[in-house]
Amino acid sequence: MRRFLNILKYVLAFAIAFIWIFPVLWLVVSSFKGGNELFRYPMTFFPDEPTLANYQEAMEQFNFLMYTFNTAFITFIATIITIIMSSMCGYALAKYRYKWLNVFFFCLLATTMLPTEVIMRPSFMVVYKLGLYDSLWGCIIPTVGTMTGVFLMRQFFITVPNELIESARIDGANEGKIFTRLMLPICRAQVAILAIFSFRWRWNDYIWPLLALRSPEKYTLQLALRTLSGAEAVNWTVLLAASVITMIPVLIVFIVFNKQIMTANMSSGVKG
Amino acid sequence: MSRTSQAAVIRRKRGDYRQKWAFLFCLPNMLFFLVFFVAPAIVGIWYSLTNYNGLKRMDFIGLENYIELFKDPEFYKILLNTAKFVLVYVPLGYVAALGMAMILVSDTMKGSTILRILIYWPTLLSTIMVGLTWKWIFGENFGLINYLLESAGLPRIGWSSNAVAAFLTTVIAGVWAGCGTNMLIFIGALKQIPEELKDAAKIDGANAWEIFKAITIPHLRPVTFMVVMLSAITGFKEFAMVQTLTNGGPGTATTYMIQYIYTTGFTKLRVGYASAASMVLFVILLVLSFLQSKAMDSGDEQ
Repeated sequence: MRRFLNILKYVLAFAIAFIWIFPVLWLVVSSFKGGNELFRYPMTFFPDEPTLANYQEAMEQFNFLMYTFNTAFITFIATIITIIMSSMCGYALAKYRYKWLNVFFFCLLATTMLPTEVIMRPSFMVVYKLGLYDSLWGCIIPTVGTMTGVFLMRQFFITVPNELIESARIDGANEGKIFTRLMLPICRAQVAILAIFSFRWRWNDYIWPLLALRSPEKYTLQLALRTLSGAEAVNWTVLLAASVITMIPVLIVFIVFNKQIMTANMSSGVKG
Repeated sequence: MSRTSQAAVIRRKRGDYRQKWAFLFCLPNMLFFLVFFVAPAIVGIWYSLTNYNGLKRMDFIGLENYIELFKDPEFYKILLNTAKFVLVYVPLGYVAALGMAMILVSDTMKGSTILRILIYWPTLLSTIMVGLTWKWIFGENFGLINYLLESAGLPRIGWSSNAVAAFLTTVIAGVWAGCGTNMLIFIGALKQIPEELKDAAKIDGANAWEIFKAITIPHLRPVTFMVVMLSAITGFKEFAMVQTLTNGGPGTATTYMIQYIYTTGFTKLRVGYASAASMVLFVILLVLSFLQSKAMDSGDEQ
């Protein structure tokens, strides 16, 4: 009986996992089917004649290099600024005791209640007035302050013993030095987690590019994908190949760092 | 000057100097908070009290937008759409995530890591990609599902022309995309339940369902609340995925709040009106967040 239940559990688990992964598999195999095979009945799972024609066409119609460059630029710069800001702020919130810090912490918590999506038009106005409209910086600056990042860092720095900081103070190190020389090196693991998450947020971001970018030559991959899929007659041959290409970088990062990502998710509930 | 007061002065000076550093560390985030949170919030409230149309015209009209909004049948329809979506999406997502967590929680189970990875996978995709993936599956004339239905001798379903079917596609895509994160949160929480408790219950003759009801569910309560609230907030914010999948159609059957606000504010250029709708959504999210933080507090006390 017990054994039977165990086998049942296995079958169930694999069935669910298969169902879960299937939509993406279907998208990927479809992208290797030629234009005539794509809409042919009866359907087959594997392409009869696997072809890279869709990818070739996507490369020609879709300025991948440019979109990838824009997306990578935004992701890279935004992630660096996010890490610097979050670790500084998280450290201050964890290791200094002032009333105004508590107030500020509550202010930061409040930001999670009013997401950008809700106030898109006013946020657009702010970006416009700051002169960031139609510039890649318009997708960078408005995203670098993140409550999740600050919180992640704060939770880590709380666990660092105060004696470590006190003894550095007695040795005459100033606060800035303590932070950069002593604190930053020991929070490497948290920085890595934040970097991975930030990479994903920015690479997949849609709202800010939508609000801040206008010229097609500044589009990010997501925005370009959306333009392709929003067209009157969707060109699936190009779209399938294009979408497979855009998810490759995130996939690589996940394959390399899946342990860190899943542990972070499990323990803190960091939303991706 | 006495020695003690001298020491006090030194201490105060040091305190000031440390406070300056603390302030410096927080300064970037403070500026960010003011510019990208406080400012848009104030501008949003101001817009909602005007008839601003995105161009030059901006007159103060008091609460007129709100009054019109509460009389607008379309607004109620969108609100109802969104509420329906959240009410179906949250419980389904909850059951799916918890069920998978229960199956995959044991580390001794062979292959549990790889299965977790597979289920977590969709959370890596962008909202646009999620929409596209399911649009490809649910295509009325070219989609896999309709092909399978037809092969089984069943009638095709108008996934994009039938309101109920379109609604279902948005729910399925939403649950699929969000499940992995919640599953991991549940796995983390399930591991915290002491094994001795379950063993003791087993010795007392409890069956699996009784253990689940009497031990697992009560232990998961704080995490459950968090997951439910976070999912509800995600549900209310659903935008790009649905925009890609159904584009809010047929008609406005799957148009949810954010898309409505976006179209009203950017396409129809009724900025004031859209901002009033934003404020309504904000109040809803505020209540949800408030409930969530209350639940988190009581969870910490345990």
